[in-house]
Amino acid sequence: MNGGNTLKAMRPVIIFALIGIIFMFLAPYVLQLFTIINLTTAIALAVLALSLALVWGFGGILCFGQVAFFGLGAYAYTIGAINFGGSTWAILVSIMVSAAFAALLGYFVFFGRVSDVYLGVITLTVTLIFFSLIRRTSGPEYKIGNAQIGGFNGVTSPPLNLPWDTSAFLFPEQVFYVAMAALIICYLFCGWLVTTHFGRVCVGIRENELRSELLGYDSRLYKLGIFTISAGIAAVGGVLFCNGVGRITPDVFNLYNAALTIIWVIVGGRGTLIGPIAATFGLFYLTSALGGQSVLNNNLVLGAILIFFVLLVPKGVAPTITDWFVGRRKPRRASRRRRRAGLRDKVKEV
Amino acid sequence: MKSDRDRRDVIVETRNLSMHFGGVRAVEQVDFTLFDKELRCLIGPNGAGKSTFFKCLTGQLTPTSGEVLIRGQQTTGAEPHEVASLGVGIKTQVPNVFDGLSVDENIWLSARRWHKAKRARTITAETIERLKLGDIRREMVGRLAHGQRQWVELGMVVAAEPWLVLLDEPAAGMTHEETARTAELIKEINTQAALIVVEHDMQFIRMISQQVTVFHEGQILMEDTMEAISNDKRAREVYLGNRA
Amino acid sequence: MDLVVAIIFQLVYGIANLALISLGLAIIFGMMRVINLAHGEFLMLGGYTVVVATNAGVNIWIAMLILAPLVVGIIGVIVERVLIRWLYGRMVDTLLATWGLSLLLIGLVTSIFGASTATTISPPLGIIRIGDYSASGYELFLIGVTIILFIAVFATLKLTRLGLVARGTMQNPEMSSALGVSTTRIYMITFGLGAGVTGLAGGLLAPVTGVLPTIGATYIAKAFITVISGGSAILAGTATGSILLGGINGIFAFITGPTIGEVALLVAAIVLLRLMPRGITGRFFRKFL
Repeated sequence: MNGGNTLKAMRPVIIFALIGIIFMFLAPYVLQLFTIINLTTAIALAVLALSLALVWGFGGILCFGQVAFFGLGAYAYTIGAINFGGSTWAILVSIMVSAAFAALLGYFVFFGRVSDVYLGVITLTVTLIFFSLIRRTSGPEYKIGNAQIGGFNGVTSPPLNLPWDTSAFLFPEQVFYVAMAALIICYLFCGWLVTTHFGRVCVGIRENELRSELLGYDSRLYKLGIFTISAGIAAVGGVLFCNGVGRITPDVFNLYNAALTIIWVIVGGRGTLIGPIAATFGLFYLTSALGGQSVLNNNLVLGAILIFFVLLVPKGVAPTITDWFVGRRKPRRASRRRRRAGLRDKVKEV
Repeated sequence: MKSDRDRRDVIVETRNLSMHFGGVRAVEQVDFTLFDKELRCLIGPNGAGKSTFFKCLTGQLTPTSGEVLIRGQQTTGAEPHEVASLGVGIKTQVPNVFDGLSVDENIWLSARRWHKAKRARTITAETIERLKLGDIRREMVGRLAHGQRQWVELGMVVAAEPWLVLLDEPAAGMTHEETARTAELIKEINTQAALIVVEHDMQFIRMISQQVTVFHEGQILMEDTMEAISNDKRAREVYLGNRA
Repeated sequence: MDLVVAIIFQLVYGIANLALISLGLAIIFGMMRVINLAHGEFLMLGGYTVVVATNAGVNIWIAMLILAPLVVGIIGVIVERVLIRWLYGRMVDTLLATWGLSLLLIGLVTSIFGASTATTISPPLGIIRIGDYSASGYELFLIGVTIILFIAVFATLKLTRLGLVARGTMQNPEMSSALGVSTTRIYMITFGLGAGVTGLAGGLLAPVTGVLPTIGATYIAKAFITVISGGSAILAGTATGSILLGGINGIFAFITGPTIGEVALLVAAIVLLRLMPRGITGRFFRKFL
């Protein structure tokens, strides 16, 4: 981490990635097709969670509107794929559009030294603007190239195809592979990024922005950087989402989904990457299971979970578990160190 | 009339520097000069404007009027990272450190700003050694005692190998023994860099001072050695209150 | 000429509407630095109180002016005691916890009343004529109520002992408690007051918008943005924020339609916050209440 062995620092990330790879290859043999298709959507959401975990958990940037980049990426992919007649370039365009937008917004916000809560409000406002605007684009006059924007009904997304053959659409299992691979690659990328100099500076800025500046780092640039990168990752999630669900609607930009993204990170644990990913899957299945019955409303459960975690488990699941393990191991080491320190103090006093 | 000091380089200069907050004139038309490798202490009662003046130098505040020049370069209203990037080390009144990171990493982030990974690691190790932070190098800074946190911050300053060091109350909240060690460190730093030290602790100032600048109500009252100031009637009334 | 008056009337109504829905949130934010994201749901609950009570035979004016603020005010006090008081000073956490509360309340109301409208009620006070144009008498009433409400809150804060104590506590809680003030009681009362004002607003708007469990969502964004843009001065901030943003909304809505009007409001807010990160009253009117 401090320039030491990167691989060593990334050990937990690599382990989880390997678990992910194993799961990726085993799942289609063990699980039903329907589950696999559902999982693809969950994976897309997990990528979104990962992007917020990066920018908020590590970067300390309170982005309440992370879904804006997710949805923007999804729309850009869909509209791009319709216009290009194939998915390959559309994926690239999706990431570029989302990142470019984030760069613009970020420049505006970070170089204006807008901070904390106010930043959260602005990003939330942005996603609400998207929601508002796109919902009203139902008429046939609203189109980009060949693609209708579709208003509140949304647009059907062209499925992914093999890069070299635009008519060869991927089967659901193949889409699942692509999705898992994307998640694992993004996860490894983020895991690596936080060990780099750039990543450590971002963490430093989160910890104490003034001190980072006093060390000579232009915090505005670093924040802009991590903000843009996370938007690109969110866009990847958007692409996968289109393929998991089959279409994209402006509902992706609404207040509920913006809150949900935040909840994944809080429940999973700010400051970790795997936590929010796990929380996404967990909550996805929870809400799916709840969707079947009518007594406990989704909103009710989600609200209760959010309150519970903020009040009682503020760090989230993953860090609390980690703390518990670390707490069990520490006593022996700590007492040894204390004894040595105690002795040293005595010598100093003399 | 002015002595040999004239021939040395001026590395910090303020011209007619003023900082007003609404109606409050925290700093009022201050002309200040610092020479290369000088160790200057800024003293004065609470509210005299020392810390405000300090912040105008570090870039934390943009002066209402006047100029700040560091090594001849205009830094009036510059961002703190721009000032730091000139090679200026800064320690703030309240320790500004990375609480959630280890001592090691705090210092590494400072060293790494100027050097590549390998050299940064070496410098980090050397700094930790020099400041005797070895025992606590893996501790999270947020968990350390106040005096230790001050030292981590000093470590961060030192690791950047600055040629100008600005310290705001480096001895605050330290034990007698820690204060003496800090004074030693400052004298060591002075062999490589110029320093401006804002302080309250009289004994500490006596340990390190050469020239001392006395602030009073936003302006410089006088500049002289600690001896002369202790004996000066005006200074005693304003600040020392006939105690020291 | 009549057209101009009619347009101005609509504009003023739009501004008053914004101010009305934002005031409760501003009281809580300005006094306690708490951002209550369940604010929309407090409005919703005020609306439901009025609709349910009116349909049960209660006089509509009593339901709107007495029952709604009372019910939501009490709910506010409960919320403060059970949830908010553990999170003072933790701005982000209060934001998140109240977000959770918002979802919880939506879920609760949906479970009890179902997801669709619980029978609308029609606005009292028919039509008033402005030359060739007609406007809703109720809208005029709402403009009036908003103005009176602002005056009432101003009077409470400036002229009553409670107001003085509350303002003192807001500025320096330690000093207040050193002087024997129960700060916990003040926070509780303040939050309850803010909730009550919000309940009143929600109740008054029920005839205009109808009630749905999810109607809070349409308000929260605008109210939130108005309060943050206004800055921390409760009345001056809400007033200036409403005038500026509501004005821009109204003008654009008139020229290009309601959608662009909404977007214009949101964009204006972003620009405003970029220029004045602490809100309008962070820069101007700082000494005002």
